[in-house]
Amino acid sequence: MVENRPWANFLAHTVLICGVALVVFPVYIAIVASTQGPGELLRGTMPLLPGSHGLENYTTMWRTGLSRSGAAPAWQMLWNSFVMAMAITIGKLSISILSAFAIVYFRFRFRIFFFWLIFITLMLPVEVRIIPTYQVVADLSMLNSFAGLSIPLIASATATFLFRQFFMTVPEEMLEAARVDGAGPLKFFKDILLPLSITNIAALFVIMFIYGWNQYLWPLLITTDADYTTIVMGIQRMTAEENPQWHLIMAAVVMAALPPVLVILFMQRLFVKGLTETEK
Amino acid sequence: MQTKRMTFPGHWMPYALLAPQVIITLIFFIWPAGQALYQSLLREDAFGLRSTFVGLENFVRLFRDGSYLNSLSVTAIFAIGTTLVSMSVALLFASTVNRMIRSRSTYTTLLVWPYAIAPAIAGVLWWFIFNPSIGIIPYMLDAVGYQWNHRTSSNDAMLLVIFAASWKQISYNFLFFLAGLQSIPQSLIEAASIDGAGPLKRFWTIVFPLLTPTTFFLMVVNVVYAMFDTFGIIHATTAGGPSQATNTLVYKVYADGFVGLNLGSSAAQSVILMAIVVGLTVIQFRYIERRVNY
Repeated sequence: MVENRPWANFLAHTVLICGVALVVFPVYIAIVASTQGPGELLRGTMPLLPGSHGLENYTTMWRTGLSRSGAAPAWQMLWNSFVMAMAITIGKLSISILSAFAIVYFRFRFRIFFFWLIFITLMLPVEVRIIPTYQVVADLSMLNSFAGLSIPLIASATATFLFRQFFMTVPEEMLEAARVDGAGPLKFFKDILLPLSITNIAALFVIMFIYGWNQYLWPLLITTDADYTTIVMGIQRMTAEENPQWHLIMAAVVMAALPPVLVILFMQRLFVKGLTETEK
Repeated sequence: MQTKRMTFPGHWMPYALLAPQVIITLIFFIWPAGQALYQSLLREDAFGLRSTFVGLENFVRLFRDGSYLNSLSVTAIFAIGTTLVSMSVALLFASTVNRMIRSRSTYTTLLVWPYAIAPAIAGVLWWFIFNPSIGIIPYMLDAVGYQWNHRTSSNDAMLLVIFAASWKQISYNFLFFLAGLQSIPQSLIEAASIDGAGPLKRFWTIVFPLLTPTTFFLMVVNVVYAMFDTFGIIHATTAGGPSQATNTLVYKVYADGFVGLNLGSSAAQSVILMAIVVGLTVIQFRYIERRVNY
């Protein structure tokens, strides 16, 4: 900072505290709402302080959920979200690192063709080709399955792009030394490249996990069976009811938001690294 | 395209390594995208039994259809609104945080986490807060004489979705603006300050021009976000209503295809959307390439 002016600092802190308040506000309201008793939210004035029914609401949601709307209990929806997010994350990371390795460390026929074939997927999100993709999954009888939920979302090139950029910065000498020592490609990959990429893998893990956890349209179309309902789509179903049970829905909202937020808070440095490197 | 100077010899191995990604891409990406292109040229009868080749008729119909033109302008307003709100708020926060020395990382942590919240959840949260009968903001607005109702008022509905979409995007823009601000040499600002330029003048004549690359990059990313990643927000709050006021292009593809079962038209809309994303991505890549070169 150039000069030290007390009033400017004071103003800056005020702006930021207002900013934080604005960012936290909706979640604060959700937490307050999730601790109210049934009917308390319907009186017309939203309470501003937490009520005393928190534990009760969270246990009800966790154990039984809103069974009236055919929804699964929250523990199951959270588990489904977790399985889906992990499948997408691990799937994306493993296929991407292998194909980036092939593209950077081998010279073969149609290399450029494959490169572009993969990279074209950077452009088109699943939302714009949603109906034909749905048809493919239906034809392969993958509706209502974790495979149908995750595999089609694995086909994207962001991670491949990042790994390729990273591999290009790995010094040539590494490969030369490995080859002098008689290491084959798989040994080089396992003993040298993989350990070097750990930070990148972790950073991408954070981003992919959040991407997978937050999926909405895709699970909404692919699953009709309550056994596969993810928490994000489950919440939308509960709000679509005739008389939404807001105190319970907000408990589910807090539970749905918690895992990805915790991942960001604990892995912030890796998250920022992954984000800025993928996008720029 | 670049490779390593030295590579491994391999006849089948590179293909084996590429196979998983290529197979998934072909089945779940190239094939459906091709299907969308093909279907956009067909017209199915009401029972889906017969389809006839109609060429570009689906596209011609779309551009004569009032609801599609409405959806185009709705998307434009929504994308511009979301981009403006989230970027200006993020820039304000980033430039203020950048002044801080000791509290910088605390504020960053506090501002960054909404990125982790699903768009659909963000939609539900704001929908609840703006709920005309029990929400807190309509209650406060009522005190100043404004009757908020996003179920009947198109403007209110549009504002609601813009709020929800921007709230979620502020943290992303904030991170990039902060990174951009930190790469500006401190000496430039000090020099200007010695010449007697005040904080505002320094911001507009030095800091903001140096931030233009970041700003441009974020503009493209935000437009893409508002157009494609906000399906959840719209579906969970207004479902395109009232009377099509928030029916964006992506939402309309879903509504016409899955709810209305008008496959030809929905496919044609997909194709137009693909063209838009490809255009935006090309702009983005060109710009990134230019940046890398200097």
